[in-house]
Amino acid sequence: MQKQKLVVVGNGMAGIRTVEELLKLAPDLYDVTVFGAEPHPNYNRILLSPVLAGEMTLADIVLNDLDWYKDNGITLHTSKKVVKVDRIARKVIAEDSTGATMEAGYDRLLLATGSVPFMLPVPGNDLPGVIAYRDIADTEVMIATALTHKHAVVIGGGLLGLEAANGLKLRGMDVTVVHIGEWIMERQLDKPSADMLQASLESKGLKFLLGKQTEMLTANAEGRVCSIRFKDGAEIPADLVVMAAGIRPNSALAEASGLHCQRGVVVSDTLQTFDPRIYAVGECAAHRGIAYGLVAPLFEQAKVCANHLAQMGISRYQGSVTSTKLKVTGVDVFSAGNFTGGDGTEDIILHDKNGGIYKRLVIENDRLVGAVLYGDTGDGGWYFQLLKEGRDVGSIRDHLMFGDAFTNNHVGDVGHAGNSKAAAMADEAEVCGCNGVCKGTIVKAIREQGLFTLDDVRKHTKASSSCGSCTGLVEQILASTVGGAYQATDRTTKPMCGCTALTHGEVRAEIRGQKLLSLDDVFATLAWHTPDGCATCRPALNYYLISTWPHEAKDDPQSRFINERAHANIQKDGTYSVVPRMWGGLTTPDELRRIANVAEKYHIPTVKVTGGQRIDLLGVKKEDLPAVWKDLDMPSGHAYGKSIRTVKTCVGTEHCRFGTQQSMSMGVALEKMLFGMWSPHKVKLAVSGCPRNCSEAGIKDVGVIGVDSGWELYVAGNGGIKTEVAEFLCKVTTREEVLEYSAAFLQIYREEGWYLERTVHYVQRVGLDYVKQRVVTDADNRKALHQRLLYALQGVVDPWRERLPGEGLPQLAAEFTPLPVPVETI
Amino acid sequence: MSTWHKVCRLEEIPLRGSRVVPHDEVSIAVFRTADDEVFALRDACPHKAGPLSQGIVHGHRVTCPLHGWNIELSSGEACAPDEGSTVTYPARVENGVVLLAL
Repeated sequence: MQKQKLVVVGNGMAGIRTVEELLKLAPDLYDVTVFGAEPHPNYNRILLSPVLAGEMTLADIVLNDLDWYKDNGITLHTSKKVVKVDRIARKVIAEDSTGATMEAGYDRLLLATGSVPFMLPVPGNDLPGVIAYRDIADTEVMIATALTHKHAVVIGGGLLGLEAANGLKLRGMDVTVVHIGEWIMERQLDKPSADMLQASLESKGLKFLLGKQTEMLTANAEGRVCSIRFKDGAEIPADLVVMAAGIRPNSALAEASGLHCQRGVVVSDTLQTFDPRIYAVGECAAHRGIAYGLVAPLFEQAKVCANHLAQMGISRYQGSVTSTKLKVTGVDVFSAGNFTGGDGTEDIILHDKNGGIYKRLVIENDRLVGAVLYGDTGDGGWYFQLLKEGRDVGSIRDHLMFGDAFTNNHVGDVGHAGNSKAAAMADEAEVCGCNGVCKGTIVKAIREQGLFTLDDVRKHTKASSSCGSCTGLVEQILASTVGGAYQATDRTTKPMCGCTALTHGEVRAEIRGQKLLSLDDVFATLAWHTPDGCATCRPALNYYLISTWPHEAKDDPQSRFINERAHANIQKDGTYSVVPRMWGGLTTPDELRRIANVAEKYHIPTVKVTGGQRIDLLGVKKEDLPAVWKDLDMPSGHAYGKSIRTVKTCVGTEHCRFGTQQSMSMGVALEKMLFGMWSPHKVKLAVSGCPRNCSEAGIKDVGVIGVDSGWELYVAGNGGIKTEVAEFLCKVTTREEVLEYSAAFLQIYREEGWYLERTVHYVQRVGLDYVKQRVVTDADNRKALHQRLLYALQGVVDPWRERLPGEGLPQLAAEFTPLPVPVETI
Repeated sequence: MSTWHKVCRLEEIPLRGSRVVPHDEVSIAVFRTADDEVFALRDACPHKAGPLSQGIVHGHRVTCPLHGWNIELSSGEACAPDEGSTVTYPARVENGVVLLAL
């Protein structure tokens, strides 16, 4: 079959990103032809400022070199501007600088023509020496002019203008920034922060003229610009004038082709223009009335557009929430959302003028709706996350201003979540303690491989890909390296994995709504991109199926991680560890004798007491597992699963002279109720018999603390990567209530949590108030949740017992039995 | 000169799963993919020698259980951006019997 023809007009970041996404999904669907007006392959426009400032070279900022086009079979026409789209004959006509034309036919057309700088309509705006700041050619003119001329004027005190001014200053010119507004960067900053920025830039030698309207540019005897005159009569010398007064979507070509345009090429949620064969992405496209000028939304558009070009048709672009994070001459600035406030909003402000720190948080109805940070932007990512997720910040608002570290109590350098201040770190400083990745390696990979997202960095460097505690720090390094191109990833809107465009939440909803009962149902109904998923989505889907449809959906062992298939914990040398269950941490002389005998009989090299009040036998060969289980004659401890692990208990009134409640038997009752429970992530409980809390119930998923008048219940604590103190849920009086409330909380987590989301993260996502309402206030719902958990656990059998040698199910034995030595065929 | 060896019947390997075949020092992992193709690899990940036989099989790839490297079953090569490869052995199914060239 002949391939379809895709023509891309615009060889910039949006167009080529779309092609990259398309190649990932459908590498062989199209013959791709790209037209670019500039003579270069696709480069990172955002990094023009570092090039101007002399920190990077042009070669450093190329994203796709010519070999990339060749290797992917893409025809690239550089220095060729498409001048006409013939929609009836379905072809484009392009012209080079000599006026020679060429044509290319298309089945699908992608417009990614970007934007054009706005040139002030004043006399003299076309004089030599008057330029915009948009591309490599402009940058080269600026670098060259700085060698021969002295006075530069930048018109426009926005981000681009300030970067241009900064670069020209570093190149030795005398620079004045002219701005029509009352303060600089009024789209990103409020007045107090802008004043601080201006003062800081002035101390570096930049000059500012605010509230000035340009009247005309005048020429010298050679016809080159030599000065700028304002409406108030003032005049200053200018050998170079850089217009940075804004950009306009470049929709001229689309308009001339008869496509509907309104402040950009109007596109639908599928990035299609009014001609369904023609798509548009990036700065030229107007989606729901907005033409985005930042790179992050444009990458989201590219992803959706590619999905439709690949004929998958299941993805929608619904607009982006944007934030600005930038570095202007070493000053960090961050802003997001509605940072100017207004009716119905409240401000929390920290202003340390001499210390150079300004932070303003705008809150509406207990949600963070906007933020401006100046001088210290370390928490920008965290605020942005809170803002995008619309999380209830009522309970943390008195700490909110002091940031993630303070609010969430990180201490030390492990689990710092980014608070070591990425920019200040030395290149040799270790960022990822699991994989031994230092900052320099990450920065190098980001620059050389053109990485923009956390996932990219994880794939290429392994940083933050294991325990994830350094994620915040890696995000900061990413943000400070790529600047405005970076957008924080966000699990609420992020697809599950590369196999689908759907998020965890959407997949869960579909499995419930459409009553999907098997993986094959999911793959077919939800149009998975891969035939049978990947190692990321399969375990998640398997969990969603069995937790949503207990006793109906079929558990698929091949979609479980090996530990849950072998019912033991794989170790670095391929052996396994075995942890038998000791209900509530209680054992007997007889059990201890059996454990000792097993350890000797099977030459188990290491025997260790665990943190969950049990005993771990490490270094068991896989084929010995069933026999070890048989000799132990104890139930599985599920120490290997995304499941109930242990219920840790203190001694309680059974023996303790301070105890107020029977914590051991309470713990045993909880553990017996929950035996065999699979969950989004591991679940640990603890029961203490008095407020001294010797079982450390304050850092468990469910913590129960006995007091004289009953039991206090705590939820969503975590003792791991980032210690999180559990939140008080409620107080109850009877043991039956402890069981019911604990079960209800765990069931709502099982039904709504995302795979690999601990209870703490689930509760942070949905809000403790919501959980309290569903589990405490709404008694009917609590009882229903409790019943659903009991139903799900009905008939649960001990997985070890099902696999005993000679007794268990034969189809389960294969997992532990190597095949015989192969026999030669004749 | 390698010759074909009988390993087991196809259905003795779980779909999207594997079995371990003893061989010299390091065993061989024999995989069966969703489309009923079989592949045989040295049961050691190029990264840190993790037992690939214990990994999740998806498409024509397996994910190592230790650190999540993805290995191409047909070539034994690690998927980008990881680099490295493990030894592969020719394998095929004939009349429902899995054969391995050793």
